[in-house]
Amino acid sequence: MNFEFSEEQNLLREQARGFLQDNCSTKVVRESLENGGEFNKELWRKVAEMGWTSTVIPEEYDGLGLSYFELSVIADELGRALAPLPFSSSVYLGTEAILAAGSNTQKESWLPKLASGEAIATFAIAEGNGQTTAASLTTTAEGASITGTKVPVPDGDIADVAVVVTKSATGDGASWYLVPLDQPGVHREKVSTLDPSRTYATITFNAASGELMGAEGSGWASTQALYDRAAILFAWEQTGGSDAALEMAKNYALGRYAFGRPIASYQAIKHKLADMYVKNTLARSNCYYGAWALDSNAPNLPLAAATARVAATQAYYYASKENIQTHGGMGFTWEFDCQFHYRRAKVLSVVIGNESQWQDKLVTGLEAGLDEDAA
Amino acid sequence: MDFKDSPEEATFRDQAATWLKANVPAPAELDGLSEMERGKLWQKRKADAGWACIRWPEEYGGRGANAIQQVILNQEESKVAAPATGQFSIGQGMAAPTMMTWATEEQKTRFLPKLASGEEIWCQLFSEPAGGSDLAALRTKAVKDGDDWIINGQKIWTSGAHYSDWGILVLRTDPDVPKHQGLSYFFLDMKSPGIEIKPIKQISGAANFNEVYFTDVRVSDTQRLGEVGQGWQVALTTLMNERASIGGGGGGAGVKQALKLANSVNIDDKPASKDRQVRAKLADWYVKEAGIKYTGYRSMTALSRGEIPGPENSIGKLVGAPKSQDLASFAIDLQEMGGVMWSPGENDFDNLFQSSFMGIPGLRIAGGTDEIMANIIAERVLGLPQEPRMDKGIPFTEVPTGS
Repeated sequence: MNFEFSEEQNLLREQARGFLQDNCSTKVVRESLENGGEFNKELWRKVAEMGWTSTVIPEEYDGLGLSYFELSVIADELGRALAPLPFSSSVYLGTEAILAAGSNTQKESWLPKLASGEAIATFAIAEGNGQTTAASLTTTAEGASITGTKVPVPDGDIADVAVVVTKSATGDGASWYLVPLDQPGVHREKVSTLDPSRTYATITFNAASGELMGAEGSGWASTQALYDRAAILFAWEQTGGSDAALEMAKNYALGRYAFGRPIASYQAIKHKLADMYVKNTLARSNCYYGAWALDSNAPNLPLAAATARVAATQAYYYASKENIQTHGGMGFTWEFDCQFHYRRAKVLSVVIGNESQWQDKLVTGLEAGLDEDAA
Repeated sequence: MDFKDSPEEATFRDQAATWLKANVPAPAELDGLSEMERGKLWQKRKADAGWACIRWPEEYGGRGANAIQQVILNQEESKVAAPATGQFSIGQGMAAPTMMTWATEEQKTRFLPKLASGEEIWCQLFSEPAGGSDLAALRTKAVKDGDDWIINGQKIWTSGAHYSDWGILVLRTDPDVPKHQGLSYFFLDMKSPGIEIKPIKQISGAANFNEVYFTDVRVSDTQRLGEVGQGWQVALTTLMNERASIGGGGGGAGVKQALKLANSVNIDDKPASKDRQVRAKLADWYVKEAGIKYTGYRSMTALSRGEIPGPENSIGKLVGAPKSQDLASFAIDLQEMGGVMWSPGENDFDNLFQSSFMGIPGLRIAGGTDEIMANIIAERVLGLPQEPRMDKGIPFTEVPTGS
């Protein structure tokens, strides 16, 4: 049994944590909250220099060609640090989509730039409130000319290229188009969100030119496959954030006195923090299995992804809200940092499908018998 | 990251599997034997071939194996239809390590091999009516009389007391000092005169535990483990050695059965398994089951590397038991009116959910209540302080009590 990260991967974790402590303290996160979510280019440049954006991109496209275990470690640390970066959009969604369905030309023109951090990619699917399905899509592609409005698009204000999910008359009802965002047919506007440290935009496509990715009418299946992979990396970010929220709550409870003793000595608080620890541990262990399934492209990946995703969504929500509760009145002030996790937890929980959808997918996996141990 | 054995582990697994397959009793061999007799037959066979208590030193009946080898053996044994040997677990898992640390060489040679072979069964007499979660509040007293001690009082929650040959117990030998300092630790013959054993009937209808009454029971001072007054320290050896339950989930009904049930009953004329609310619950329980399982894998990895598993391994029972309780309760809901029936043959699933529903409350208490488990995580894992206590530094006799 070797269900643990390797020494090299743990070394990478140490390095990542150290880097983020030095370069991405909560002070840096706060700046993006105060300045309306201005893109921290300098931090992005440094992160790209460390090679994080190129982790799983094959060497032929100037990537490092490392495994998803390395990417999991980085995701975990980025989540812990609440990094105000377009990493998830560009790496877990954009890059993964191009790796999965891009033509050779598309790969050659975008992957090296995504690897170096010179370009940022995103995935444009939502069209306002409510669940997006193949049937609900209104954005159209007529001869690779894209028209419609996508909102909100994560990091849509700063991305250079988007994989746009459009309505299709054939196949599963959807197609993927690769659309460069710096062109006359594209209009974008930043939208205010719950978490200004991660920006979103409304993108209006008015006969914008795009290129079909994969086969026409295969976009919905591609989306599900992409989400299954991305869910594991998002879950790592969520789990990293959950652990950070628990540490924040613990440190405060140890230092805060009430009725002559630290509030950390009251069982009402101790059990709350123990509950956080339990949820975080379940999430982390499920993420371990998810990382394994992702890296080995296991047949039970959809179930592993849903399990990690549901566990991490629940753990982060719980840790982020009970961290505020543990802090008492100061917990909900602008001055304190508790808000960052509360904001981030909610935003991450809906970005690739909400908890209920993943619960549903999980049971679909059970119904397909994917719980028969692949190990 | 992978799930493979190391070459040494694979060799050991082969060796264990080969022996188990060749030696597991055939059904005909077990015909007419009681559960207890079957267990004893199998345990003796394993011991004779060196496959019992493999982590113990050879001279006491083991083979000096390491922790991961024990896990591998357990995995392989679960694959063959071997008779259950749970009746030996308290003796082998708790009494034996305590004897190894605190008994004389003579006592170890006398008792340990028979513990390994299952020829002698041991029980543990710790809990009392006034000392459960707060074990050190126990009151059963022992008074010195020549070379013996005379025991009076009552123990409770003793599994297997009625079929045990020996028992380990903690007794109050000095009530006038602070509570942890007035305890001493002994082992005694369960057939000693003055011991009376009464089964406790549980809400599930089963009787897995006993009350054990002591009336002027004599035990020799030579059967004391540790010094007089050192009983708490010895008891800690016992408690720390609770068998490493890797990935233990607390038992009871699971998601697999609940999904099967949800496929077989309807909500508004459609299978319940299609209902989003039902699916959400199934998903949440699966997250817990899988989380416990993979946490177990992480602990096994630590064992495999010769490390001690981290504290994350302590969550199994705390998560698993309440999960099974909620799952059983919800499954009965899905059975609607039919769910009230708990008689043989009346519902599919052989009353699984009903039995689980009535059995789980015990699991949430036994071996550390949910609340104590949460305290353990809070204090030992997260490093949070204990609650202030009213019983520190004062004689046991002055500690406030409810009766």
